[in-house]
Amino acid sequence: MGNSQKITMVHGSGGSATRKLIQDLFHKYFQNDALDKMEDAAVLDISSEKIAYTTDSFVVTPIFFQGGDIGKLAVCGTLNDLLVMGAEPKYLSAGFILEEGMDIRDLEEIIKSMALTAEESGVKIVAGDTKVIEGSGGIYINTSGIGLINHKPFHTSNVKPGDAVIVSGPLGNHHACILSHRMNIKNAISSDCAYLGEMVQNLIKANIEIKAMRDVTRGGLATVLNEIAESSNTTINLTESSIPVDPEVKSFCDILGLDPLYMANEGKIVCFVSREDAEKALSIIKNSRFGEKAAIIAEVSERENVPVTVTTRIGGKRILNVLQGEGLPRIC
Amino acid sequence: MINLEEIKSFLLDYSGPEIKLMEVCGTHTSTIVKSGIRSLLSKNIKLVSGPGCPVCVTGSRYIDEAVKFAFSKDYTVLSFGDLLRVPGNEMSLSEAKALGGSVEIVYSPMEAAEKAINNPEKNYVLAAVGFETTIPAYALLLDNLIECKISNVKLLTSLKSIGPALDWLCENESDIDGFIAPGHVASVTGVSVYRLLAEKYRKPFTVAGFEAEHILVAIYDLVMQIVKGRYEVHNLYKSIVSDKGNEKAMEIIGKYFELSSAYWRGMGIIDSSGYTVRENYRDYGIEIPVREEEISNKSKGCRCGEVITGKIEPYECALFGKGCSSTNPVGPCMVSHEGTCGIYYSMYG
Amino acid sequence: MCVAVPGKVIELNGKMGKVDFNGNVVEVNVSLVDVEVGSYVLVHAGYAVEVVKRELAEELSNLFADLEDVL
Repeated sequence: MGNSQKITMVHGSGGSATRKLIQDLFHKYFQNDALDKMEDAAVLDISSEKIAYTTDSFVVTPIFFQGGDIGKLAVCGTLNDLLVMGAEPKYLSAGFILEEGMDIRDLEEIIKSMALTAEESGVKIVAGDTKVIEGSGGIYINTSGIGLINHKPFHTSNVKPGDAVIVSGPLGNHHACILSHRMNIKNAISSDCAYLGEMVQNLIKANIEIKAMRDVTRGGLATVLNEIAESSNTTINLTESSIPVDPEVKSFCDILGLDPLYMANEGKIVCFVSREDAEKALSIIKNSRFGEKAAIIAEVSERENVPVTVTTRIGGKRILNVLQGEGLPRIC
Repeated sequence: MINLEEIKSFLLDYSGPEIKLMEVCGTHTSTIVKSGIRSLLSKNIKLVSGPGCPVCVTGSRYIDEAVKFAFSKDYTVLSFGDLLRVPGNEMSLSEAKALGGSVEIVYSPMEAAEKAINNPEKNYVLAAVGFETTIPAYALLLDNLIECKISNVKLLTSLKSIGPALDWLCENESDIDGFIAPGHVASVTGVSVYRLLAEKYRKPFTVAGFEAEHILVAIYDLVMQIVKGRYEVHNLYKSIVSDKGNEKAMEIIGKYFELSSAYWRGMGIIDSSGYTVRENYRDYGIEIPVREEEISNKSKGCRCGEVITGKIEPYECALFGKGCSSTNPVGPCMVSHEGTCGIYYSMYG
Repeated sequence: MCVAVPGKVIELNGKMGKVDFNGNVVEVNVSLVDVEVGSYVLVHAGYAVEVVKRELAEELSNLFADLEDVL
């Protein structure tokens, strides 16, 4: 495609410009049997009892950031959602809404990134759509995904008093990375955007019983733990000093008055295992890609009058609520 | 030398006469709740929050004025995130924005100058709220505006001095035995204002930093003083706070601002407790005439005034968590991140 | 009232300076403090409020020493 070409309404018309865009970009990078047929829907051979199915839309700005881009995010985000249900992700669809004025080179970079991430993750992008709307060059991506479930699905009702809670690594990196761009704070914080398939596969292969698992996205760890405590009717007791946070992220949070427990991550899971399995599970995660800084951070107990408590660094005790409001950085 | 474990033991086991301590800094409130410090104190040591949140002590009329500017064709209101959702008598700035009012968020006063330079055709009103820690930032902004001859920014001020409010509290709320003095305000003003109060009312003041340890040690210091009948001012934040404070900062505050009477939610009008833009810089300030304010029908039942003065704790207000929550705040204490109710709600639910 | 954080001055340019908070670099107005490159300052609302007068790493032991002095 040309050097400084932009997306225009013509690209969305369904005519020759649309076909060219699909051929030259989408089809060039997202190649596979299903997509190659260029039909109205992909027909897939699914050989499992149950499937997991999810969808998510991605509207982040900036679209390119340290550690990733909106395309990589769109792939990893949906794949991780399938993964934490105990499914093996297999197929993705990708729908694009492009605003007029978007740089076609940027679009190509994003598509390349999605193709690479999908390939590394062992999944195929088998269906897609593109629309063009008026605007100022933005891009929004929806991905939906299918995963195969060939064993007992993870469900929060399996969580019992005595269970241990492991987080796969330091919190807040993605959120801090995105905010840094917007707040004019210069640092080297990278998004943690990643597909965590290897980590989860390793746990399953080692026969660790995973009681429940979640990815720690919007609303942060605090929100996820509250949800799990509520749905399993237990209380989760968090130990503040064991929560991993990178020093650079911690300082970033201090400057803006943010709390890592409420910040979004794009490559972190929290998983619940039995007390007996805890050390082994931790070791497996630490030896898996993206899990080097994993830690046991909480334990489950009988339901007290609140869902989540924190034993603070200084030995005090307090309650951890879900995210209130928008989590805007504060000043004073 | 005593260590932290001994201090913690002492505070948890304290069984002497009941002591009521007040802290007057929103960031102290936040650290105390976040560190679970109350769970480390005996029942006989009561810790209440005071008027330490500048957004919370501001009356609703201030928000009404800001909202008027937001809807005014020629103006854009610049505000910190905190202030956006504080309810006025009619609505908040955030609601005004949703209805088409012109409101933008800033993260520091300096940003107002940038916006003004980049958009010379717009007129900006900066919602300038704060105590002495933040007032120098507004003064530096005025320096900048004058130096660069920028005339399309004005400050809508609700700037306050914590000293007179402490005086009022000591006069009117005699059951407070001691105060945790705000560390960052003291780093600007110095410590002398607390000395005058300590002498006048025979109550101890301890200047504390913002780590959990700072606060625990300050509480210990206050309890020990009270038990021994002492009423001194102790500076336990020496790495930042000096006796005289930051004289350059106080100078620049004095250059642009003068003390005037101000209305405090829950306390009424207090003399020489607010800062307004000086006469010769009046072009840069918008003043709202000071008046007593009543709680509007919209905020009926709101007891922020009593929370701010330490008369009640948030959960004693019938609206706490029921009609008033972070998503649907009735009063400013629930909205602001330094507001006692908001902090309690986010950490206790 | 005062979200303020200590950081290290890494560059000075008249009234403004660059302050490093563990890898996060922010432009700060330093005209109200006397600093040199390498000093630590407490920053609030975009300006340096005060110079940090003692080693941050020794904050706690200093705190107990101060307590001992007054009680």
